[in-house]
Amino acid sequence: MQIIVTGTLLGGTYALIALGLTLQYGAARIMNLANGETLVAAGFVAFWLFTALGVNPLLGMVLIAPMALALNWLIYAWLLRPLVRRAKNRGMLEVDSILATFGLLFLFQGLMLLGFGGGYFSYKFLAEPFLILGEPYGLNRVVAFVAAVIVASLLYLFLYHTRQGTAVRAVAVDPASARLVAIDVARTAAFAFALGGALTACGGILLSTFYTFNASMGVIFTMKALIIVIMGGVGDVRGATLAALILGITETAVASLIDPGLTLAANYALFVLVLLFRPQGILGRASA
Amino acid sequence: MMSLRRDELAVAGSGIAAVALLSLLPLLSDGFVLSFGVNLMLYAAMCTAWALFSGPTRLVSLASAAFFGVGTYSVALGLDSLPFPALIAIAAFVSAALAGLVGAATLRLSGVYFVIFTLGLAELIRQVVAWSQSRFAHKMGLYVFTDFTERDLYWMLLALTTLVFGVGWLINRSRLGFALRIIGDDETVARHVGIATARAKIVLFMTSGAFIGVAGAIVAPRYAYIEPQAAFNPMISFLVVIMALLGGTRRLWGPLVGVVPFTIVMEFITARFPNHSSVVIGIAFLAIVYLLPEGITGFIEGMRDRIRRRAAARTGIEAPEAIEEKAA
Repeated sequence: MQIIVTGTLLGGTYALIALGLTLQYGAARIMNLANGETLVAAGFVAFWLFTALGVNPLLGMVLIAPMALALNWLIYAWLLRPLVRRAKNRGMLEVDSILATFGLLFLFQGLMLLGFGGGYFSYKFLAEPFLILGEPYGLNRVVAFVAAVIVASLLYLFLYHTRQGTAVRAVAVDPASARLVAIDVARTAAFAFALGGALTACGGILLSTFYTFNASMGVIFTMKALIIVIMGGVGDVRGATLAALILGITETAVASLIDPGLTLAANYALFVLVLLFRPQGILGRASA
Repeated sequence: MMSLRRDELAVAGSGIAAVALLSLLPLLSDGFVLSFGVNLMLYAAMCTAWALFSGPTRLVSLASAAFFGVGTYSVALGLDSLPFPALIAIAAFVSAALAGLVGAATLRLSGVYFVIFTLGLAELIRQVVAWSQSRFAHKMGLYVFTDFTERDLYWMLLALTTLVFGVGWLINRSRLGFALRIIGDDETVARHVGIATARAKIVLFMTSGAFIGVAGAIVAPRYAYIEPQAAFNPMISFLVVIMALLGGTRRLWGPLVGVVPFTIVMEFITARFPNHSSVVIGIAFLAIVYLLPEGITGFIEGMRDRIRRRAAARTGIEAPEAIEEKAA
């Protein structure tokens, strides 16, 4: 029971990170391997705001998310749009964007290593027990989960109940047809990429409230997010949320029952199962 | 018996001459230059092997560190009970088997799954090895003591590189190589003309992986003490990708062109600015994507074609490429 609750709480934060990536890959068609670096950078800013200025991380989110949005927009406009224009087909764009975002990954990671060093960081925020069904859990984890649920719900409302959100979904399904119904595909893709970055940053902030982080751990979170996105089906918001919860619970179960050093192995086991049996995602339908 | 064309004989001849010349290096010097030569040969073998698969298929494999580590561990685990050549064979076999498993799981699907899967593969195996070592052997590393000197390692790596080149050349001439070029150009077309695309890719990935595993096995004696963190260092995968792409993967010898300058740069960076290596790697990736998408060799070939075409236009005779373009 404790495993399921802890796993779900963790899965909530994972879901936000993965939602960011699924927007970037599903709608903007950029496989952003530097996604984890956005997360870590947001964590560092939240850390700095909290320890230096005493700003509540949840309040910091209001500040950091727009910053991440702007930064990711710039990255897309300057670095990735030329690749989108250059690519003759989707496969070429995939290779180019993977290599380019690898470059960004190392660049950002290197800069953060230079700025903060290789040490581990954490801060005490709401580190008090909170009882669920008689068992104590960290209040910070519960708050992070609730915040993640709120942000994810806002995203859901945006995607499924606004014109702009519908445009994002249309571009995700088919960019060529989206143009026929007067959707500005280039702008929508840039927006989806930026929004994805902002979501991942929110995930990073929430994660930093209860997790010890360092400058070089972004890749691990990119991996987790990628696995979640594929498990859920690329571009599928609901699938990604479900997959994130499954991953969170599996990871917690393996860490507490077998060995904390094997969490990645647990992720991979899930990944392989999905690839072998449901490559279209848990909720996805087989493509024709 | 295959018949060789005259230009092929010329290439083979100069290749043999180059190998003969390179094999003299340990006699001329030892110490720093030789140790640098071992590094160079190691990456020459690994990058060429990487490009065997990733060149024609355009699938970026990040599994090099996994194969390298598997090779290293094959030697470390079996050194007391088996002779070295047998261990190298085991390293090749285990790496090929690993590549086969990864390929079977991912290469039937779209390319992105493959990239993602290989991205974490080295880390995954590292975790499992570290866990089983601490669980069953109660120690973190293994000692590798052999009588091999740097000189022997250099020669073995040179032989391996030569072998990779030979196999690569044979593959290019074979039906498999032809099939792969078609797959790289257009996978749908390849499937329609009856090529078993997944099988061709898996076979090639296994070949490439086996060579990288052998490279890891050969340099194992260099470390003396092997632990998971060093053997499965993910940086190996990234360096292999950068060097090969920097050189260009269209030609068999393309990666070599990238290996030489980048090994020198990395040697310099790790010696002088160890904290900046991530930044340098990041910039290198970006530079390749934006400035040299076809690598140095592709860039030079593109320039040469342009100059030729311009020269042909001036003399009033259209170059064959120009005519083809008009017809298309």
